Amino acid sequence: MPRKRTTTTQAADANGARAKSRLPKGLKNADLVDYYTRLIQVRSIDERIWALNRQGKVPIAASAQGHEAAQLGSLLAAEKDGDCFLFPYYRDLALKVAAGLTPAQTMMSFMGKAGDPYSNGRQFPLQGADLPNKIIQISNVVAAGLTQAVGYALGCRMAGEKTVVLVYFGDGATSQGETHEAMNFASIHKLPVIFICENNRYAISTPKTSQMAIEEFSDRASSYGFPGITVDGMDLVSCYEATREAITHARSQGPVLLEMLVERFMSHTTDDDDRRYRPEGEVERARERDPVVTLARTLIDEKILTQKQVDAIAAAALKATDEATDIADASSPPDESGLHDMVYSP
Amino acid sequence: MAVKSVIEAVREAIREEMARDPKVFVMGEDVGIRGGVFLATQGLAEEFGNDRIIDAPLAEASIMGIALGAAFRGMRPIPEVQFSDFVWPSINQLIGEAARSCYGTHGALQVPMVIRMPYGGGIRGGLFHSQNVETHFFHTPGLKVVAPSTPYDAKGLLKSAIRDNNPVVFLEHKKTYRLVRGEVPDDEYTLPLGKADIKRTGSTITVVSYGLTLHYCLEAAEELASEGVDVEVVDLRTLTPLDTETILESVKKTGKLAVVHEDNITGGVGAEIAALAAGQAFEYLDGPVVRICGPDVPTMPFAQTLEDAYMPSPDKIADGLRKLAAY
Repeated sequence: MPRKRTTTTQAADANGARAKSRLPKGLKNADLVDYYTRLIQVRSIDERIWALNRQGKVPIAASAQGHEAAQLGSLLAAEKDGDCFLFPYYRDLALKVAAGLTPAQTMMSFMGKAGDPYSNGRQFPLQGADLPNKIIQISNVVAAGLTQAVGYALGCRMAGEKTVVLVYFGDGATSQGETHEAMNFASIHKLPVIFICENNRYAISTPKTSQMAIEEFSDRASSYGFPGITVDGMDLVSCYEATREAITHARSQGPVLLEMLVERFMSHTTDDDDRRYRPEGEVERARERDPVVTLARTLIDEKILTQKQVDAIAAAALKATDEATDIADASSPPDESGLHDMVYSP
Repeated sequence: MAVKSVIEAVREAIREEMARDPKVFVMGEDVGIRGGVFLATQGLAEEFGNDRIIDAPLAEASIMGIALGAAFRGMRPIPEVQFSDFVWPSINQLIGEAARSCYGTHGALQVPMVIRMPYGGGIRGGLFHSQNVETHFFHTPGLKVVAPSTPYDAKGLLKSAIRDNNPVVFLEHKKTYRLVRGEVPDDEYTLPLGKADIKRTGSTITVVSYGLTLHYCLEAAEELASEGVDVEVVDLRTLTPLDTETILESVKKTGKLAVVHEDNITGGVGAEIAALAAGQAFEYLDGPVVRICGPDVPTMPFAQTLEDAYMPSPDKIADGLRKLAAY
């Protein structure tokens, strides 16, 4: 793997369509259809929870809209590999859902219902652990997951396993001391960790220029002695490819930093209003590169799917979201008698 | 049975548990080649290798976070905080994350981790090598907190802590490391967490303490015995879970309670025990609950005069108990 590479030359053309016949190694048309289907489902859920927030049914949500290609592209590489463990962060809604949750499980988590697979209603939505899908995210303290991910990789190595750990964070977390500490330790011990920065240039309202004085965060990797790659995070296939290479490298040689350049389509959370700090028209321009649109165009242009099939996928996703909303809405919250459970492990 | 120091007992416990369970490992600053600044891990790198006695970079937050992550994977890490005063950079990983991991995942994750740290003063350590940090952990649900006073207790409790499936803060009073010696059985043994130990039986006053000041309480009790005051000394050994039963039984027997610790008085362990007695043994008390504790200044200062002024001592404790006995 090169020490430093930037692949921001857009893999897609001005209309958002990918150049023909550019499917990388290991990727089949069926994978793209599968991931397009998951993408449409998570987008449908993502949009619904904002509506449910305004109805008072979801107390808080952080949207992944605009980050999906980065999250799903890296997930696809992890799934293909088959031996990866994930430490996502709070904006990884698409990643967490696509990793194996049903829409109903997802909705129960957002509504704080019993049966929330992450914490049984104790934490913010999709926060805690989903061990069946090999995911841990304990908290909202940004960068706290980075050192934990490194420790998890250390534990796997001690247990004689070849697991590669993918840990995700935003550009705000790049400023935390623990980001440095995690990368330093991982590099010293050549641990199989992939640091994935979903850089959308905003930490709530604070722009990237107030967060770092360098152009590309991936430049920092060289100071730890491992490769740093900046990739177009709006292109699912590019993110897949970069992650696949990173997994191979991590397992044999140690950490990799992947900076995925993404766009945040929504406000920080349902409690934020980004009109206070984002320039007018910025989000609209970003949406021209919406992975939901560009991936559909690729699938149609490449004659992998017809427009009718694309429409059918969207209709099925909407129906699943409707049903999941009803199931979660009708399900019970955790019983208050459980307040004291599991403060300690037996 | 051989007579050993606290530090020897700690080292034996770690060595035995590492030999018993390959999942146990140590990570900290200078724990490997150096064997720890107090030599708690002396010889262990040679015996178990540098993969299990890991010299960490000088960065406490990651020592704690990495240990926590390894615990998520089922390892049994023993992160060492070189001095309790240096725990603060790691406090998010400990109080923020580790303590909430089981609860916040509804039991999906366990945190079998023992955070060892030398703590406490009376050794001319000044503001940054003397701190008492126990109250912060005592206040935090999800953590267990152990503070032994003797080699026997240190070894048995540390072995249990390592086998526990929860984050255990294991506080070793650094002044006791070589000062306090005692018999330690040659055969394997463990001591349960959450059980106090009556180190001296008595009938007139109950005094509750832990760590270094426990020994000062025993000295004060001897002094008062010559004056006809029969003091019972309860060694908490474990702050969390707190052995409320032993405390209350003793208070109900003697009717008078004093709590002694070196940590700051306000909001300390003593305050909680006073509230316990007031709430659950009110009708048995025939005197005010007395707290003989460190004053509310940041830590014991460096100058001998000021350190002495800060520290509870056998004399100060004896004075307090004398007044309580006369009440």
